[in-house]
Amino acid sequence: MAGSAVRSRRGYYLYLIPGFVGLMLIVIGPQIANFVLSFTAWKGVGTPRWVGSQNYERLLTDDQFWGSMHNTLLYIISMTIIPVLLGLILASLLFDYVRDQFGERLSSFFRAGLYLPQILPLTVAGVLWGWILSPVGVANAILKSIGLGTFAQNWIGDATYALPAVSLVIVWIQVGYCLVVFMAGLSRIDPALYEAAQLDGAGWWQRLVSITVPMLAPEIFVVVLTTLIHALKVFAPIFVLTQGGPNDATLAPSYLTYYHFFTTQRVGYAAAIATVQMILTLGLALMFLWFQTRQAERGA
Amino acid sequence: MANVGVLTGTPAKVARPHARQRAPMRWVVLGLLLLLLAFTLFPFFLALINAVKPGPDYLRGGPLSIPTSIQFDSIIKFWGQADYSRKLLNSVIISASVSVLAVIISLFNAYALGIGRVRGSTIILAILLLGTMVPQESIVYPIYWMAKSVGLYDTQLAVIIVLAVLQSAFGTYLLSSVMSTFPREILEAAEIDGASRWQVLTLVVVPIMQPTLMVLGTFFFIWTWNEFLIPVIMLISNNNQTVSVAMGLTRGQNMSDPTLQAAAGLLGIAPTVIFFLIFQRTLTRGIVAGAVK
Repeated sequence: MAGSAVRSRRGYYLYLIPGFVGLMLIVIGPQIANFVLSFTAWKGVGTPRWVGSQNYERLLTDDQFWGSMHNTLLYIISMTIIPVLLGLILASLLFDYVRDQFGERLSSFFRAGLYLPQILPLTVAGVLWGWILSPVGVANAILKSIGLGTFAQNWIGDATYALPAVSLVIVWIQVGYCLVVFMAGLSRIDPALYEAAQLDGAGWWQRLVSITVPMLAPEIFVVVLTTLIHALKVFAPIFVLTQGGPNDATLAPSYLTYYHFFTTQRVGYAAAIATVQMILTLGLALMFLWFQTRQAERGA
Repeated sequence: MANVGVLTGTPAKVARPHARQRAPMRWVVLGLLLLLLAFTLFPFFLALINAVKPGPDYLRGGPLSIPTSIQFDSIIKFWGQADYSRKLLNSVIISASVSVLAVIISLFNAYALGIGRVRGSTIILAILLLGTMVPQESIVYPIYWMAKSVGLYDTQLAVIIVLAVLQSAFGTYLLSSVMSTFPREILEAAEIDGASRWQVLTLVVVPIMQPTLMVLGTFFFIWTWNEFLIPVIMLISNNNQTVSVAMGLTRGQNMSDPTLQAAAGLLGIAPTVIFFLIFQRTLTRGIVAGAVK
């Protein structure tokens, strides 16, 4: 930050006004209001009644809440773990193998195709998969047509299969995001590294483990953190596919919050769940930020 | 968030010219990739063939059969039933407004933070970023309540304001880092010529940054198009709803009519695939032209 010759900085503050007002009104203010509400009992009309930490105490023994937190751990598998691993393997295959063997065009084609689910509105993905996975849907029709009709299930209506089914949809959505970020990251790696490794006789897998993964460490970190944050707020796929059911088998904290805010109208209680969610996310977000600044300092 | 990588990515390297490997392995790998691609694109394909499949065809051959003739009855029926023209128009209005508004807010913020380098810019950026990362669930009720008390509930304006503010945080973050590398000589030259701060912004910074602003605007447009939680809470009347919300609410309504469901899916897919094709070009153009160094 060398002292620039550009005129006094004070006038620039004017330009921050619209953003600042918006931030206060839409983000900070509501965030504080929500926190305060979490210590009250309120039906959304009349005056909120102060109840202290009662909502949080109730949370501790709320099976629905703990069930949704438990499901969040399972959603992390489909939001983060599987897509990151698949994304890494695919990015490296497309970049380090398909490109050499079949050319740039084909590699870009695969990337675009695999990315497509990512740009779809989540609700449209929900409509598509809801139709495929319904009892009279496509998945069962396929099973029947290949003689495996006995394996047909009510995929999203049966508590045993609902969570894996929703997870499959989430993986389908998420892989493209990881793939595209990883491929963008790969393009800054010096090709000479790969050539040298190849001359030394390193196979594709060895190059993946010893060059791609270490070089992509910043991207992997960013993708893991952002997808973890997203895993904490999975909402639309659940809203469209299962509404948290059957028997809360696919319930996530976001859906539970929504349910209490707008269906049971236990606003204070919902605000408490949202606050827990907010604190967890804030932890992850702070890690992300800390990492970004460290990266920036290193790059400078 | 990590779209930063895509936006600021360097041009891809040129493929390495080296000996092509033994044949069988190549084809196995290619085969596996094609299989995965087929699985990924399968729902799109299914929606397409079943949306144009005549009802009796579906009853006879199920979802996998290739239609014997093409008809648009299901699509027309869903279009009418969902008042899809209205939904498309709403989505376009909301997405375009958010995109423009969010770009302007981001530009102003970034001008002060990246070029003005006002004191506390790191902290301001951090607060902005944290603000967008925390779940919308924890701000949605107060916003809903505020909108109700000022008479903006169930108006598109409320959704536009909220989403523009939320998205401008990312825009500020991105533009500030781009603007902090803005050539100082150009700014100083403009200043010596007597340009005011506003003139520097509109006559110097904006024209040079235009490609980046376009890419950012495109992102905002698509993100807004896909937004669900805020619109579904704020827009309860049918006439105000977006495509994304309409899709979220069709669930289960047409279970008994599979071709109608496929039509719904196809109509939901179509706009985004169209954007995807346009957006890919904008994006590459943005990356190439964004290299103002």
